[in-house]
Amino acid sequence: MSAAVPAVFEAVKIDYAAIAPMLVVALGALIGVLVEAFVGRTSRYAVQLGVAVVTLLAAMVALWVWAAPNKGVTLGQSMSIDGPTIFLQGALLLFGLLGVLAMSERFGGSSADAFTPMGASAPGSVQEGAATKAGYQTTEVFPLALFAIFGMMIFVGANDLITMFVALEVFSLPLYILTGLARRRRLLSQEASLKYFLLGAFSSAFFLFGAALLYGFAGSSDFKLIARAITTHSSMMNGLLLPGTILVLIGLLFKVGAVPFHSWTPDAYQGAPTPVTGFMAAATKAAAFGAILRFTYVAVEAGRWDWRLVVGIIAAITMIVGAVMSVTQTDMKRLLAYSSVAHAGFILVGVLAFDATAIGGVMFYLVAYGLATIAAFAIVALVRQGGSEATHLSQWAGLGKKHPVLAGLFGLLLLAFAGIPLTSGFTAKFAAFAPAVAHGGTMGVVLVVIGVLASAVTAYVYFRIIVLMYFTEPAEDVAALTPSVTTTVVVTVGVLATLLLGIVPSLVLDLAQQASLFLL
Amino acid sequence: MQSHVLSLVTEGGAAAAGATGITAYAWLLIALPALGAALLLLGGRRTDSFGPLLATALSWGSFLVGAAIFVSMLGKGAEERAGQLDLWNFIPAGQYQLTAGLLVDQLSISFVLLITFVGSLIHVYSLGYMEHDPDKRRFFAYLNLFVAAMLVLVLGDSYLMTFLGWEGVGLASYLLIGFWNHNPAYASAANKAFFVNRVGDLGLLGAMMAMFAAFGAVDFATVNEGIGSASTTTATVIGLLLLLAACGKSAQFPLQSWLGDAMAGPTPVSALIHAATMVTAGVYLIIRSHAVFEAAPNAQLAVAIVGAITLLYGAIVGCAKDDIKKALAASTMSQIGYMMLAAGLGPIGYAFAIFHLLTHGFFKAGMFLGAGSVMHGMKDQVDMRRFGGLSTFLKITWGTFMLGWLAILGVPPFAGFWSKDKIIESAFAVGGTRGWILGLITLIGAGITAFYMSRLFFMTFHGKRRWTEEGPNAQHPHESPLTMTVPMMILAVGSASLGLILHFAGFSEWLHPVFGGEAHEEHTNWPLMGVTLLLVAGGAAYAWLRYGKEEVPVRAPQGNLLTQAARADLYQDAINEGLFMRPGLHLTRALVFTDSKGVDGTAGGLAATVGGFSSRLRRLQNGYARSYALTMLTGVVAVLGALWVMN
Repeated sequence: MSAAVPAVFEAVKIDYAAIAPMLVVALGALIGVLVEAFVGRTSRYAVQLGVAVVTLLAAMVALWVWAAPNKGVTLGQSMSIDGPTIFLQGALLLFGLLGVLAMSERFGGSSADAFTPMGASAPGSVQEGAATKAGYQTTEVFPLALFAIFGMMIFVGANDLITMFVALEVFSLPLYILTGLARRRRLLSQEASLKYFLLGAFSSAFFLFGAALLYGFAGSSDFKLIARAITTHSSMMNGLLLPGTILVLIGLLFKVGAVPFHSWTPDAYQGAPTPVTGFMAAATKAAAFGAILRFTYVAVEAGRWDWRLVVGIIAAITMIVGAVMSVTQTDMKRLLAYSSVAHAGFILVGVLAFDATAIGGVMFYLVAYGLATIAAFAIVALVRQGGSEATHLSQWAGLGKKHPVLAGLFGLLLLAFAGIPLTSGFTAKFAAFAPAVAHGGTMGVVLVVIGVLASAVTAYVYFRIIVLMYFTEPAEDVAALTPSVTTTVVVTVGVLATLLLGIVPSLVLDLAQQASLFLL
Repeated sequence: MQSHVLSLVTEGGAAAAGATGITAYAWLLIALPALGAALLLLGGRRTDSFGPLLATALSWGSFLVGAAIFVSMLGKGAEERAGQLDLWNFIPAGQYQLTAGLLVDQLSISFVLLITFVGSLIHVYSLGYMEHDPDKRRFFAYLNLFVAAMLVLVLGDSYLMTFLGWEGVGLASYLLIGFWNHNPAYASAANKAFFVNRVGDLGLLGAMMAMFAAFGAVDFATVNEGIGSASTTTATVIGLLLLLAACGKSAQFPLQSWLGDAMAGPTPVSALIHAATMVTAGVYLIIRSHAVFEAAPNAQLAVAIVGAITLLYGAIVGCAKDDIKKALAASTMSQIGYMMLAAGLGPIGYAFAIFHLLTHGFFKAGMFLGAGSVMHGMKDQVDMRRFGGLSTFLKITWGTFMLGWLAILGVPPFAGFWSKDKIIESAFAVGGTRGWILGLITLIGAGITAFYMSRLFFMTFHGKRRWTEEGPNAQHPHESPLTMTVPMMILAVGSASLGLILHFAGFSEWLHPVFGGEAHEEHTNWPLMGVTLLLVAGGAAYAWLRYGKEEVPVRAPQGNLLTQAARADLYQDAINEGLFMRPGLHLTRALVFTDSKGVDGTAGGLAATVGGFSSRLRRLQNGYARSYALTMLTGVVAVLGALWVMN
């Protein structure tokens, strides 16, 4: 992994305190696998949920107590436990906790409501019926989620291309599986899972190709050595550097859903079980942007004048397409998917500012968006018609009259997505756009103008939903289920955070700004 | 009360910045009635039983604090009486910090005493007057809200704080004029007051913007300091904008039209808000901004002119009104005209403007309460042509009203004599053509005032009985309960003696530190006083001949052109409609047209374009993984191609 092949094999030094949170999560995931094998079926749900929650809480404590005071580069240059890593790992653990809580929603039944009893059976088959009858439950989702979080935590701290790629696969594979486990509309779910997998594999290929080119350029996959190589090598080698950079970036941009690498987003978001969608939208975005930040700011920053414009164009197209496409969506989950595409564009604008304040702003944006998104999808999961989720917009008509509180909270989250002041959406956009205007040059200003216009378009979309919920006649027999404690917690945390970060953003923004120093 | 006050003075050890002793508790003045308003409004029906009493008690509490502060100020030297009390950081905006603070000086404490004392009396009066109203609690909540806002207005140490109170009293006034909003006419009267006041408020906002542009601050201290070195143009602009604000709030020409209609509110409201306190806020604003007007002689002249016009305007309208409350409202307008005129005279007139404001607050409130008492006994009849000979039935009302009447006429030694006469003298003392014109106007005004107020008094209390004595609608005039008559009596005592007391207590010297400058000699112009009294006697005598001795027709005679014009408020509404409302309507229509066709068309077209673009783009999302992969590949090729071209 390191540049020069060592003459004598030396064991790498491992700072166990710094990587303790990751170890805790991995351990929890492994315990989850064992639970799946050895604990009786009836008590499995409770044990799995307990293990997942305790694991995530323990990892948070470990992050706070061990990792935060022990910043540094460890594992032989392959992991950098620095400010952004700690901050994003904390965010990921929080998203994970809320995601797991949302996934555990049972509505009084015996198993997690969103997941099929037997993922391996063919939809509508005899086995599926038998599994349902026998009361099987897919409690594997909890260890799968933990594995995904584990991978994401490595991803944001990965300091060389190989580690980054491994982490990418570690968190992607569980997500592919989770996507295919929806209890209802299973064919759609499986189709989504397959598409996500195929396209994910496709993008991984780009990433690997890019990594190979960069290795060819720098003779190392280590970010520090790549950065050094860019400043020392002559421009003759740009033929390797530029395509390598762009291909790696494309692999990462795929994960955040930037246009034109976004095609999987609406399908996967719609097909995946709704709590998984929320988790995926929040956590994947945070992890992938963490990796993008590290890759662009640490490894290839010195060569940014050659590729910045192209990524800027991608950001612009992403914002425009995300906003415009959300206008004609008729499905709530697809609509939120396009909204997430647009948000990816907004965040990219912040990334391209190339300033320390932009790092803080982007990380703040990720937290604000993630919390609102998980809560929003948790609410989407509650609205039902005849037992299955009512995700078509027409089914949301008049919801505000039947369930004023629920619709009100959802409306608030929509306002945050639209970036209306006094919600986290506004402060986050401000935090991401301000550095772009201040340090991004002409391109930064142009991107911000496009971003504001795109926001206006998305605001139209969100307000239309609010109008739909409050000013139209209620759709027949659509009702919101009464959430259990876990979903209530998720929604409460999300909504409170949305308000709090909107009114006193400094609570988290200061933290993010303090944590914006990358270690090599 | 006295011992209580003294103990407060000695115990008030905690000091705020600049304000020491009891003055540091000045925030209580505002907090008490504000608490009352909050409790009564938020408490809802639960506070129905004790709410009115609580509101009254809190208003008296505020008066006690004010009195204590006043007493403690008396104990200090003349230059140390003013105190500044910083409350909290109101608007922290980077370099610019605005502190919410109170300025307790001789001027503001004079207002505080007037507002809380008259206000509390009117609270008591309302206990009787509104006894049978189902929404009594709401009424008292608004009254408390008004008192709190009015105190913010006069105690604020910056134009912004004053503006806060300014809007607060505007709100309270709006709510109270339209208190019986089930009557559409009353609701529209409230709207009228609201709209006209907005025009004035724009003036105050504009003045603040101009100040902020010129001095970077809106507090009195900075503005007073900076205005000396500012250009005359700046000072004139600020001064005229402030005058616009004052015209709106004080119903001065040309924004006078709302006051007559504001009489739709319950009579205690007319007495407190639309006679004694709120409408005088304009005078307060002008006096408080004396430095601005001294730096802008033209703006100062404009103040005097506006005062002079309104003085005559109100007096003429007052002569023709048969509605007792509207006649009193016209008189209020005219008397505030006197105050404005005095304020526009420069340093010579400031103290007398405030002096007249205080005495007027007492005698006019007293007369309004008297009118309310008459209405109370006459089944809410307000037409004076339907009164007559009431003096034998409402003895207390008659007596208290008479003292108010003598006071407004300026008969010595009653209150108005000491204040109004001084304004007339000061106007002449200005000298030159200006002095003569303004002086003559005040003199003529005094004569007309004597006529119409005597007309009102005689038509109501003397002459033949003209009310319905028999039949189902028979009226049985009766005296009001003690809760109503006691406040009237107290105010009557004030109407009779306040002028005398303030004159000999040296009110002008007391106010002097507020204005600074040189103290001027007061000398009495005996011949002028004689002429004034002759005119007053003439006006009153003529009124007696026309309305006391002679029969008053129950139906108003057609009258000459001037009478008709005066009855129609000198066509103020027609003028406003012609000049502003109709062009405004047309402008609105034009704007609506532009909005629906132009703006909405553009927005709608834009939305349609985006929508169309979106549906076309949607076809790319066809659900086939292979085509998604192709999209990605195309993207990669395009990006790499672009890079290759660029490098």
